[in-house]
Amino acid sequence: MTKSNRKTVNAGFVLFFLPVFLWLFLLVVLPHLELLRLSFSGSGRAGDTGFTLKNYAAFFKEPIYWLTFVRTAMYSILVTFLVIAIALPVAFYITKLARVKTVGFLMVMLMVPFWVSELIRVYGWIILLRESGVLNKLFVSLGLFKEPIELLYNDATMIMGLVYTSMLFMIVPVIGVMEDLDDSLIEAAYDLGAGRLAIWRTIIIPHCMPGIVSGGIIVFMLVLGSYLTPNLMGGKNSLWFTEQIYNQIILYFNWNQGAAFGFLLLVLSSLIIWVLLKLTRQSLKEVVK
Amino acid sequence: MQTALSVKNLTKKFNAFTAVDNISFDVEEGKFFSILGPSGCGKTTLLRMIAGFYTQTDGRIEFRGQDMTNFAPNKRPVNLVFQSLALFPMMNVFENIAFGLRRRGEKSVDITRKVNDLLERVGLPDSGKKQVNQLSGGQKQRIAIARCLVLEPTVLLLDEPLGALDAKLREHMKVELKKLQLQVGTTFVYITHDQSEAMVMSDQVAVMNAGHFEQVGTPQELYHHPSSSFVAQFVGSNNKFHVALRKDDHGIFTARYANGKDFSVLPTPEISEGEAWDLFVRPEAMVINPAETAAGYNVMHVEVKAILFDGGNSRLLVCPEGSTDELVVALPQTKQFDHIKANDSIRIGWDPSKSVCYKRADWKLYDEE
Repeated sequence: MTKSNRKTVNAGFVLFFLPVFLWLFLLVVLPHLELLRLSFSGSGRAGDTGFTLKNYAAFFKEPIYWLTFVRTAMYSILVTFLVIAIALPVAFYITKLARVKTVGFLMVMLMVPFWVSELIRVYGWIILLRESGVLNKLFVSLGLFKEPIELLYNDATMIMGLVYTSMLFMIVPVIGVMEDLDDSLIEAAYDLGAGRLAIWRTIIIPHCMPGIVSGGIIVFMLVLGSYLTPNLMGGKNSLWFTEQIYNQIILYFNWNQGAAFGFLLLVLSSLIIWVLLKLTRQSLKEVVK
Repeated sequence: MQTALSVKNLTKKFNAFTAVDNISFDVEEGKFFSILGPSGCGKTTLLRMIAGFYTQTDGRIEFRGQDMTNFAPNKRPVNLVFQSLALFPMMNVFENIAFGLRRRGEKSVDITRKVNDLLERVGLPDSGKKQVNQLSGGQKQRIAIARCLVLEPTVLLLDEPLGALDAKLREHMKVELKKLQLQVGTTFVYITHDQSEAMVMSDQVAVMNAGHFEQVGTPQELYHHPSSSFVAQFVGSNNKFHVALRKDDHGIFTARYANGKDFSVLPTPEISEGEAWDLFVRPEAMVINPAETAAGYNVMHVEVKAILFDGGNSRLLVCPEGSTDELVVALPQTKQFDHIKANDSIRIGWDPSKSVCYKRADWKLYDEE
């Protein structure tokens, strides 16, 4: 009886997880194994084959490569913190201050932009910000600008675009944890003499830390690996590391170099997250719980 | 004696609904003052106005004679122990108690000394390093109070802090809380719907109903000399008779009960002839089978419906002849009445001086929580 029961459970389990396993194995593990192999082998041109570390060495030897990575990582961290700074008050308003009726409306307002593809959203920004764009026309006609100014293709605009693109991925987890925050904790802190800032610092942010960290990881990874927004909104000097990978594979047909860059991106970004978790004394276990 | 808290003509309206209606009272330094009322009577609104979380529609709040009506909660010399206790789960016990002191920017040496001193006083000297979720219900209670007391507030407000505890612990904490208050000497303002909590602990009790105070007095005064029908019924248990008052030629009042029986009533300034009156007799004022010689007793025949055994608090549920009312009579556990069984017919009587009479008031019996 128990034995046959166990068998059916196992069959159900296998049936249920087979697609997941196949998906993970065929689309994630297998290509990565191939990329890993490629990253450790020569380009094949002029007898350049066999195991080599030169693809990885190139990253550290050429300043343009590792500087691009440092720049990308720094900007990604900056974007993550900007997103946290904006998401916290927004989530607080939605969970604690807004009336029940308006909460649904506000959530829809947050989601709607994400029903549109990233490409369209970025073109939306371009239409708004370009030299002949909506904002420029408005400001010139109001007399604020003497002549149209190029608002696109600089780092600030690119950061703004990245913040906008990744905002939802922070707000949703933060709302999740903030809903559990007992209002009386905030009132108790207020009653015991805490001001606004102290309440945020000692009660709200510590309580929301799991949501902030999981949102932070998602946002950081998304931004670090994003291609469209930095490419379309950033200027000639705002090179993103993903563009280096794209260039290696598509422009130079150097799959081996591109694969090495891809793995470096994976390893280094994981390293950064690990360091940040250690610095904020959060454990991944707590976050994914 | 100095006045710690003085509330003057305090009113709070939520749109058309008046939650607190022109309430004034003073609490003397070092007293245990309770506000007792059914749920929805406005007592929590009153408390939140004193703490500063609600802005009053009208009126003034003074602490030690200083007007603080429009001060924010973090600027008032008053602390609130929340119903949910609201201990900070992100901090350990020590940090919970130190929270207020840190906000004041006190030196860390002083903080350590004060917190440890207070942990000692509430009987949890080695719990500083514990996490909040490692504490038992009673311990959490004490930490929540310690967290407020460490700030040496002029008034400590308590919002039904025993509500979440189980019955046994609640009985224990009542005594603990009273002892703690006597020991620290801080003025306590305690909110509750449980009349037993209010009576056991308080020096003064205010009975609140529908936004106003019905009566303010010592527990004994409320119990023996209730000033209204509401107080008579809300404080302690009481038997209510619907009666019509008649005055005879000698000016002596009698109360005519539904079954046609007349009870004598002591004349008080408040009573007058009329139909709609309530006569109240406490269960313990009723005597089972009074001696025939007991002069002046109101006596009637009743049928025993059930024996409600509860140790020293045992009672009989009885039904007067010719009526469907249910009365509760104290049943002393002295073996004297052990022969009484359900469906027995017995006599009960009471001294007219132990009954009170009020005009029938139209207030709703509150929902039992």
